[in-house]
Amino acid sequence: MSVNLKIDGINVSVEKGSTILDAAKKINIKIPTLCHHEDLCVAGNCRVCIVEVEGKNKLEASCATPAEEGMIIKTNTPKIRNARKDIISLLVSEHNTQCTTCYRSTNCELQALSSEHNIDHERFLSVLKPHTKIDKSSWSIEKDDSKCVRCQRCVRTCAELQHVNALTVSGKGKEMKISTFLNLPFSDVVCTNCGQCITHCPTGALTERRYFDEVWEAIGDPTKHVVVNTAPSVRVALGEMLGMPVGTRVTGKMVTALKKMGIDAVLDTDFTADLTIIEEGHELLTRLKSVLVDGDTSVKLPMMTSCSPGWVKFIEHMYPEYLGHLSSCKSPQQMFGALTKTYYAEKNNINPKDIVSIAIMPCAAKKFEANRPEMRDSGYQDIDAGLTTRELGHMIKQAGLNFAELEDTKYDSFMGDSTGAAVIFGATGGVMEAALRTAYEVVTGREVPFKNLNILPVRGLEGIKEATIKIEGCLPAWSFLEGAELKIAVAHGLINARQIMDMIVAGECPYHFIEVMACPGGCIGGGGQPIPTNNEIRLKRIKAIYDEDEGMPIRKSHENPEVTKIYADFLEKPLGHTSHKLLHTKYRKRNRY
Amino acid sequence: MTKKQLKRVDIILSPYSVSPYQVLINTVKRSKDEVIKEMINSGLRGRGGAGFPTGLKWKLASEQISDEKYIICNADEGEPGTFKDRKILSEVPRKVFSGMAIAGWATNSTKGVVYLRREYKYMVADLEKEIEVFNNKAKEIGLDFSINIFLGAGAYVCGEETALIESMEGKRGEPRNKPPYPIQNGFKGKPTIVGNVETFASASMVCRYGADEYVKFGTNDQHGSKLFSISGDSPKEGVHELELGMSIEDFVHEFGDGDTKAVQVGGVAGFCVPRKHFKTTIIGEGQTTGGATMIFNSTRSMYHVLHNYLDFFVEESCGQCTPCRVGTQQLLKGIEAVKLGEKEPEYLEQLIKLSQTMKVASKCGLGQSVANSFASIVTNFKEEMIY
Repeated sequence: MSVNLKIDGINVSVEKGSTILDAAKKINIKIPTLCHHEDLCVAGNCRVCIVEVEGKNKLEASCATPAEEGMIIKTNTPKIRNARKDIISLLVSEHNTQCTTCYRSTNCELQALSSEHNIDHERFLSVLKPHTKIDKSSWSIEKDDSKCVRCQRCVRTCAELQHVNALTVSGKGKEMKISTFLNLPFSDVVCTNCGQCITHCPTGALTERRYFDEVWEAIGDPTKHVVVNTAPSVRVALGEMLGMPVGTRVTGKMVTALKKMGIDAVLDTDFTADLTIIEEGHELLTRLKSVLVDGDTSVKLPMMTSCSPGWVKFIEHMYPEYLGHLSSCKSPQQMFGALTKTYYAEKNNINPKDIVSIAIMPCAAKKFEANRPEMRDSGYQDIDAGLTTRELGHMIKQAGLNFAELEDTKYDSFMGDSTGAAVIFGATGGVMEAALRTAYEVVTGREVPFKNLNILPVRGLEGIKEATIKIEGCLPAWSFLEGAELKIAVAHGLINARQIMDMIVAGECPYHFIEVMACPGGCIGGGGQPIPTNNEIRLKRIKAIYDEDEGMPIRKSHENPEVTKIYADFLEKPLGHTSHKLLHTKYRKRNRY
Repeated sequence: MTKKQLKRVDIILSPYSVSPYQVLINTVKRSKDEVIKEMINSGLRGRGGAGFPTGLKWKLASEQISDEKYIICNADEGEPGTFKDRKILSEVPRKVFSGMAIAGWATNSTKGVVYLRREYKYMVADLEKEIEVFNNKAKEIGLDFSINIFLGAGAYVCGEETALIESMEGKRGEPRNKPPYPIQNGFKGKPTIVGNVETFASASMVCRYGADEYVKFGTNDQHGSKLFSISGDSPKEGVHELELGMSIEDFVHEFGDGDTKAVQVGGVAGFCVPRKHFKTTIIGEGQTTGGATMIFNSTRSMYHVLHNYLDFFVEESCGQCTPCRVGTQQLLKGIEAVKLGEKEPEYLEQLIKLSQTMKVASKCGLGQSVANSFASIVTNFKEEMIY
């Protein structure tokens, strides 16, 4: 059913249930907003999007008011402009307006609104609370209440997208603030460090903890050998930080930029993504054998992926009795770190103590992961710093590089080879698709039965995707799988992960193997990616990822020549002794508040 | 303008000359449509302060199709200067329960809840005894309607009906976006009537006397009698039941101390009337009132009165919407700055404009009503704000 209304003299017809804001968008009328976000439920808190509805004296928040038949709306009258200017001025009056020193300067929605409406600093007195302490307790996330506009986008994100509820509202009136449980430090609460609150924050109130100054120090230190590995999804998003359109692939330019910045070796996390597929694929097949053939009840199925550190911390907090379902594989970042200070150091004859190993990630949780005490299997901290796509964007600007004009350069070797299977790790469903491309071939000796290797059922933004693959014509070693139907599922966004976990808890989970990514859309929508992120942007980045995959000469992890080589030279075999030491890990129970 | 002489009435607070449950028994023998029509004809409007026509609310709720509906009696009496609901619930609770049951019967609701403010916890034991009597009575007459008590947690904003519902659902007491209204989507997502204590008691009285009798009280705009919580510089402070429609002048003659300079009508969310407007202001005409009436004599500084109100709002805003959360702080800080000479007196004009923005742009009645007292006090007592 549709309703007809008139906005600024233009007739528009929208589906019943649409808001005035939706209707205005449809006819290209821009109403400014602040607390509104496409990913989240309606709040109607900030009141910036007020409009006049004929017959009503009050102004209505267009984001929260349903469009009704016959409504006559005005979006730009003196009454609205005056009220809106007051409202934005009020927000500014309780805000820390030290924009010049703010990480989000030039990418801040309050700053943009204030500039558009030419807000006069003198209009109201400052009611900013003095001496607000920035919470820097977390490895991943910083919270600065002096920059909070109380839009509750972070609260809604943490509840609706992630179902973590680490952030909530406390206090009322002028004491109202966004708080953790009992206002405990971020490091002590149930936060998974996914960083979705950061990408949904309109201002600089929530940011990732930055490490680029330390990285610059290391680059400038001649005694240090600085190694960088870049995650699959960074190459399809970094361009947004540097003025390029969403979905631009900048792999070669990124490598050039890093080299020009003085990085000694620019390597590809894709290499360990491929390695993850080999290790995790064999782990899955081994588990299937243990359960199906040996009847071993201590081995858990379904097996769940462990690449996403936000997801890993989520299950540690929320479902600690089910940690046995997690693959013991480290994430590609941590495999990379462990190999950099062993295999890479040995090959290049560098003392591992002189290596500074940096990961460029789409992620806030990777910072925490790098600092987990168990991630020191090389004898040193395996990854010294995890940087976000945003931090790298800043560093490229700081280096004075004209990014758009840079030529393309290939990754250094070794640990710089990549396949299409590794690249798609960056999109939800990608790990599953890569795993299937390899596992099916290992078991049957034939390519996975999907056209062009594209396993479409696991792609796209649906919250939980599932597929069944019938295994036929097995090689003798895997004959116990003959005729088996492998049931798989893919979940992204922790609220969907929770649904899967609840199925497992209820004993009603039909799957054998499940990919989980903490962030909606997978890593391309990660908490360390350029801001803003919404579904339109996620889809463009996803398309870029699959385009990158299609363009690769090798698209199966087990065909990565460097992977073959590392097993021959160093690791011996999947799940072997060295693998276990360097590439696998253990998990632990965490508090539930 | 219809002015009436100040007249004391004794309908709501009178002892049970006819049992309120007999009124209930008589009423449920009639047709539901007829009773709702009677309620509409009585002109009864909500007694909490917003003044929504009660009959219309019942009619809209009765038209909702749902497996469950709720009747909530709003006894979160938090408006400063209001204490009439306490008296009703202490002295004539059966009138309230009878009104709730009639509303429930008329709209096909089976569950009633009294949302009692935390500060009235001392009443719970007595009320529970009375509720048991009611619930037994309802069973006895075969009426499928039961009542229980829900104790609030002490926030002023929870008197706002959607914040009250959020609070009952165990959530943070914050007003919702409207629409949808509680009669469409209220407690647990079900159609819900939220009414003031006095409204339900009055509804029972409408059923007892009939609309024709009831409309003889009051003015064209506001029918019936009304309880006034009178406080401040008055030798007769307390709860008084009066017919609506008297002038402030008459009111001051009756209740003032002979030196009244201002009357705050409708609590801190209402208007402040200065002496020069006593003659021309009729209580209940134009604006509705929850009945909180504060009288100030010439020893009172209106700056301090306003400061006190704003202190209250700064603390009791729920904090979710910008105009209310920050606006209240700005008004308070602003009048302080003018008083101290840190801002020019003209800044008061800017603040009045801000209060108008709060009136049109705040999410709920709390922020919307701050402008009433602010603008009326600053405009009428400007010198006191400055010097």
